[in-house]
Amino acid sequence: MGLLSATMSLARYRVAGGIPDPFLDTVRDRLKNHAIREIDNDPAEKSVGWTCFENSFQPDFDKDNLVIGTHLVFSLRIDKKQIPAKVLRKHLDMAVAKRLKQTERSSLTRNEKQELRDEVARRLYVRIPATPNVYDVVWDYEGQALWFFSTQKAANEEFESIFAKTFKLSIIRMFPFTEAEMISGLTDEQKDLLYKAGPADFQGGAHA
Amino acid sequence: MLDVAVAYNRYKYLGNEFLTWLWFMMETDRSNLDFPEAESSELDIGNRIVLENTRGNRDETITIKGDGAGLEEGVIALKKGALVTEISLAMKAPEAEWRFQLKGESLNISSLKPPEKNPAEAADDIEQRALEQIAHVERAANLVHQLYQQFIQQRLSEDWAKTVVPAMARWITHSA
Repeated sequence: MGLLSATMSLARYRVAGGIPDPFLDTVRDRLKNHAIREIDNDPAEKSVGWTCFENSFQPDFDKDNLVIGTHLVFSLRIDKKQIPAKVLRKHLDMAVAKRLKQTERSSLTRNEKQELRDEVARRLYVRIPATPNVYDVVWDYEGQALWFFSTQKAANEEFESIFAKTFKLSIIRMFPFTEAEMISGLTDEQKDLLYKAGPADFQGGAHA
Repeated sequence: MLDVAVAYNRYKYLGNEFLTWLWFMMETDRSNLDFPEAESSELDIGNRIVLENTRGNRDETITIKGDGAGLEEGVIALKKGALVTEISLAMKAPEAEWRFQLKGESLNISSLKPPEKNPAEAADDIEQRALEQIAHVERAANLVHQLYQQFIQQRLSEDWAKTVVPAMARWITHSA
């Protein structure tokens, strides 16, 4: 559902604040500083970072194009590993049996079981390839508008968090309240009415 | 400004009222909808509409979908106090049509389908294709923004309680 897909889904944002000159070099550097880290053959469960729009799996921020028309275009990549529950259960049961045999005990404490579960998961994460998800970002820097090509809550939360860390800019998602308050040209008096407003009743009346 | 999460939940009713108002305007006062590109746009309800009724202790969701589906069930739901929470829209211009879904609580645009292109006209170059797609998204985003702006200006005016709500109540009551 990215920018080049036959159907697209997106959340809209406003971005406030500026990026120091030289603009494009600063953007490149900041994206590079928070670029996606490969986690295949690594015990990490998840990796979140930036990648290039035209080159999601082998990004080169120095060479790849970041500007299309008047927009900055890049992508967020979230790589995640998922161990099937039954596989984890099998390996955990084997590890518990081995530990009990080694220690000549009949049971493990809850904490010991949890530690063993974490250890088994780490071992399995090394062997499982991460599944990548790529979400495009189109940023009209001059217009302070940005589109993130996903409407999934978790992906949007990851995006907001890493964007704020990367660019040190304020990013606010547009939804009914923010769209009204920030970009609908309301006067102060109208904003006061907005804060006090309540749901209308189309069967019997309305709040202000 | 309020905390974003608090504001999202507290004011999501505005988005649902917006979609219900949009349906009302399309049915009763279409010529007064404020389009960004007045020269050509037309707007219709597409093939999906979702209504929710949370009045009293109810928690009902009514989904109407399908290309030839009638909206009678939706009207009945409105009469019972439901509001539109998701709507599929078809934005039409000469020889082109954009379809997308709009969710009330978030104003997210989803399943945006730009006009189909003749394969011979489709750009091979990724940058060119991206530019075309950006223009399509801009068109839908501008439409949503402008219609919402028109709604919120009306919603916060004296006219809202005096004329718009009674007119919507009449429309709901008298719709077949």
